[in-house]
Amino acid sequence: MKVLDGLKYSAEHEWIKIDGNKAYIGITDYAQHSLGDIVFVEIPEVGSELNKGDVLSVVESVKAASDVYAPVSGKVAEVNEELADSPEKINEDPYESWIAVIEMSDLSEAEELMDAREYERFCQEEE
Amino acid sequence: MLKKEEKLVFELSVPGRYTNLLPGCDVDEKEITGLIPEEFLREDDPDLPELGEVDVVRHFTHLSQKNYGVDSGFYPLGSCTMKYNPKVNEEVSRLDGFSKVHPYQPEETVQGCLELLYMTDKFLSEITGMDRFSLQPAAGAHGEMTGLMIMKAFHENNGDHKRNKIIVPDSAHGTNPASAATAGFEVVEVRSDERGGIDINALKELMSDEVAGLMLTNPNTLGLFDENIHLIAEIVHDAGGLLYYDGANANAIIGISRPGDMGFDIVHLNLHKTFSTPHGGGGPGSGPVGVKKQLIPFLPRPVVEYDNSRYYFDYDRPLSIGRVKSFYGNFSVVVKAYAYIRSLGADGLRKVSEAAVLNANYIKEKLKAYYHLPYDRTCMHEVVFSGQWQKEFGVSTLDIAKRLLDFGYHPPTIYFPLIVKEAFMIEPTETESKETLDEFINAMIEIANEAKNEPEKLLNAPLDTPVLRLDEARAARKPVLKYECG
Repeated sequence: MKVLDGLKYSAEHEWIKIDGNKAYIGITDYAQHSLGDIVFVEIPEVGSELNKGDVLSVVESVKAASDVYAPVSGKVAEVNEELADSPEKINEDPYESWIAVIEMSDLSEAEELMDAREYERFCQEEE
Repeated sequence: MLKKEEKLVFELSVPGRYTNLLPGCDVDEKEITGLIPEEFLREDDPDLPELGEVDVVRHFTHLSQKNYGVDSGFYPLGSCTMKYNPKVNEEVSRLDGFSKVHPYQPEETVQGCLELLYMTDKFLSEITGMDRFSLQPAAGAHGEMTGLMIMKAFHENNGDHKRNKIIVPDSAHGTNPASAATAGFEVVEVRSDERGGIDINALKELMSDEVAGLMLTNPNTLGLFDENIHLIAEIVHDAGGLLYYDGANANAIIGISRPGDMGFDIVHLNLHKTFSTPHGGGGPGSGPVGVKKQLIPFLPRPVVEYDNSRYYFDYDRPLSIGRVKSFYGNFSVVVKAYAYIRSLGADGLRKVSEAAVLNANYIKEKLKAYYHLPYDRTCMHEVVFSGQWQKEFGVSTLDIAKRLLDFGYHPPTIYFPLIVKEAFMIEPTETESKETLDEFINAMIEIANEAKNEPEKLLNAPLDTPVLRLDEARAARKPVLKYECG
């Protein structure tokens, strides 16, 4: 299982990459691995306002449908339309396949998330 | 023959081949253009297959032979209660007096049918400990939605407009949150504790004056009875909420315990699971909803009433949520349930659940040395294992399920409930003999050994079916939904 340094991680297995006040959000290698082949990604709406913990997207695999939660609060600024046609990109490269970019309204929220080492330990405990 | 791949009927077609089945026309033929406006007429001939009668008969016979049902073998699809349903109940539901009546017939000409609806309501009320049933809902999820609409109507009638949340456990069937959302509620998930029941402290934290109610399946989808049900009912009721019983797993409790006594206010039953209607393939099903006294005014209308001399439909129900199904529900399914209940009686119904629970526990004990059992306690009518031990050999639960096809079984439910990794859920039902269970257990043990010693057998399974491993991901990503010639 791959965990990238420099990203932040949530207990719901989302990763975020912070760039100024922008947060790129996707699901982790652990998440894509447990879901199996992903067949559908619900692309969020640009402009929607989300609180931390709100449902950002839904990812469906051959096994199950899973909600993807916003790990931080803010406004959806960009979405990755490519995933609508090629959901398998998440399986192939989860850390390049961001689902949406959130303009964070509270930068301190990202600080509460796990770093790579903490997330690795977290996943080991989940096993 | 079974293994041979059957071509599509279009691929069997030979231009010009036909069978002359119909006698010559003995009325004047008319031009179609004079009968149907031109804009509705197609320009090209339809692309229909051209075959001889014998080819058509063989084609569909082959397809039917490839079908797998409870009449052809063991079907341990957890949470679906694929039990054998006595054929006599099919006969009964086809009696002219039941099958050839019209829903618009005057009431005095269908008194027998109305009596049957009225008595089924009484029986189901007795079995579940409720006060009144509506037989309209056509299936389980339809019953859920009806129940939630009743819940909403009840709170609104009390002037309690804040209650817009429904609590659903993380082990619930997917229909529960879906029905709650469809009925306009916000869904809040409550986690399970380490014994597989509702986490009481988590539930307490979630309760508020915004909660309309809790939906619970008991036994739950882990096949476990929630021993805290009285406490759960108290917590929900104290906060002004109602309790909804999802009857998907009712096959485990009939004649033994009653949702009404556990504290539930609304119940649905799946007649097509527990009460003798074959299911799968789209129905028809039946998901009657029963309620406690205070909720009776909100039931769908009409309900059948009896005035000591005749049965009649009562439409005069001002607080009713209205009709949820055309006419009176799927009547023939209700007839089968009535016949099943009458033929088994109270003792027979109790034995159904006792045998269903015994069979599941027998499988649990026989297989727990071979497959990981995440909740090792007495189960009810179904048992949930995990394929985690086999993961070490690179084999997944999907591979185990595919291998079972080679042994001639319909696989159990896999990857559900979601809270168990690599889950597979076995529900043997009461209608299977010890010999059938032993054969299945031996197949599962053999597969566990294969997983260890010859994992490639599982990874490539099925090896003995007309089509081999399907590419499920591609089928979902790029579905081909219609046949195109050439």
